[in-house]
Amino acid sequence: TSNMKLILIFSALFGASLCLESFVGHQVLRIKTRNEEEVKKLQLLDSLEHLELDFWINPSTPALPVDVRIPANGVQAVKAFLESHGIEYSTLIEDLQVVLDKEKQDMACSQQRDRSSNSFNYGTYNSLDSIYAELDHLASEFSNIVSKMKIGESYEKRPLYVLKFSTGGRNRPAIWIDAGIHSREWVTQASAVWIAKKIASDYGKDPSITSLLNKMDIFLLTVSNPDGYVFTHTTNRMWRKTRSKNQGSPCVGVDPNRNWDAGFGGPGASSNPCSDSYRGPRANSEVEVKSVVNFIKNHGNIRAFLTLHSYSQLLMYPYGYKCTKPADYAELDALGRAAANSIQSLYGTTFTVGSICTTIYQASGGSIDWSYDYGIKYSFAFELRDTGRYGFLLPVNQIIPTAEETWLGLKTIMEHVRDNSY
Amino acid sequence: DIDGVGPKYHLELVLEDIVDEDSTVNCTAEVLYHLGNKNIAPDVQFTIEGELKNADEADNIFYSRIKSLENELVAENIPDSHGHVSPEMEPIRLLAWVASGYVMWQNSTENTKFQFAQIKHVKQVKRSDEYLEFDYMILLHEMVSQEIIPWQMTVLWHPQHGVQVTQDSRQPKHA
Repeated sequence: TSNMKLILIFSALFGASLCLESFVGHQVLRIKTRNEEEVKKLQLLDSLEHLELDFWINPSTPALPVDVRIPANGVQAVKAFLESHGIEYSTLIEDLQVVLDKEKQDMACSQQRDRSSNSFNYGTYNSLDSIYAELDHLASEFSNIVSKMKIGESYEKRPLYVLKFSTGGRNRPAIWIDAGIHSREWVTQASAVWIAKKIASDYGKDPSITSLLNKMDIFLLTVSNPDGYVFTHTTNRMWRKTRSKNQGSPCVGVDPNRNWDAGFGGPGASSNPCSDSYRGPRANSEVEVKSVVNFIKNHGNIRAFLTLHSYSQLLMYPYGYKCTKPADYAELDALGRAAANSIQSLYGTTFTVGSICTTIYQASGGSIDWSYDYGIKYSFAFELRDTGRYGFLLPVNQIIPTAEETWLGLKTIMEHVRDNSY
Repeated sequence: DIDGVGPKYHLELVLEDIVDEDSTVNCTAEVLYHLGNKNIAPDVQFTIEGELKNADEADNIFYSRIKSLENELVAENIPDSHGHVSPEMEPIRLLAWVASGYVMWQNSTENTKFQFAQIKHVKQVKRSDEYLEFDYMILLHEMVSQEIIPWQMTVLWHPQHGVQVTQDSRQPKHA
């Protein structure tokens, strides 16, 4: 009988190494069975132990393919058998050892990256170069969901880098988050990098962020004002504005959060270039602001605009340029309170919720007023820790707790955005 | 609003000891802003319910330490850029913070909100009497304008006689 022939042929080939450490020359075939008879033939093959066939998908039903790893010395014989019985197959892996070697290499490489990335300390204030290097590291370590984009350049020609978190799709609805528009607010840039790492690491583990990224993208600008940030490191820790030159004035810089096209020129911003709340010569005069506006407009599908500042522990929605309530006041206020509760749940940190105008002061040309009037309903501004004891000079041991609690607040808002398309 | 004078605010607040956060005391205050003359500090009347915690021991330790220094104390950037304050400098910072409260009060209007930001520089001035004297250059953060304002202040202190700001002047901001 043909079955007997089978056994004879294959027995002749018995031998070779029982040592499974090397997979040189091992091939993995995908076999397509058309009927029960063919399935039975493969099951017979399976029973021939000396062949040492390793079925990755066992023969069970003609509906499913059969994947099998074959040691080097049995490859030709198995193929001959299949061909003689007219059973269709394809080669999934030509040489398994090659695949394993590459995988080992990839793992060693990424381990080395992990080891050297341990030099980035999330619990301290880092230089711009250090932060930018870490953005690259995150984009390569989590390349399946993180990519780095340049959306423009600062006045002094530093790149403005946005991290994009995406699981695919084309132009999915997206969340925008930015930090450090005011350079002296160091806990915001530091928190943003921590949050970047958190989003990347939690995808696939945390149900909330996983479901969020399965539907939406997140864009994160960790350092909105890199010129100012460098200046706070090299020269003046209390620098707030951009570093653009003002025509006809010895004073440098524009307050980037008075420069947006929202009530521009109104009360709550200064026309004096020497002022720390100088609005600039015209709306969007600052390239740091214009770059974000362009990005948001070109994207066309941003659903939330969230910006991080410090200090005061506030969670605010529009408006700042006028003291009237936004149309979505009820929803924004409720969502703000929910987010503040999330923040408080971790370390007891209390945030005050309200519109900018009623909570701090009237201020024109602010970013969330622009984004809201542009049509991005979920526009919020956070003022992180503390309430004045250390102010801008927040001790480093509070960086990670601040980032952790802020993340909970952001998540609450993002979950609501995910569940409420508009 | 008090006709002809200015707005008056009634406040109920809780004072919390910086060093021992669980130690709190209730306080009520009345603050009257002078509408007509913004150069006058607002009137403040207050009542504290109960007693502030006794800090004599810590005060005396600090006093003795400074009195026994061979050279005048000099320091800068407290807290530093990373929010760090060394344990020896913590009383110096607290003293500046308290003294700056007086400066803020004297310069407050309904449209200002001051916070103490940083000691840029402090130098002890040796005295022949029992007081300690410090010459501070501090930074105040005024939140409505968002300005950082350098301010010089001369501070006298003694454990039993408390804090006094004998001289203070607003400094020009450098461009």
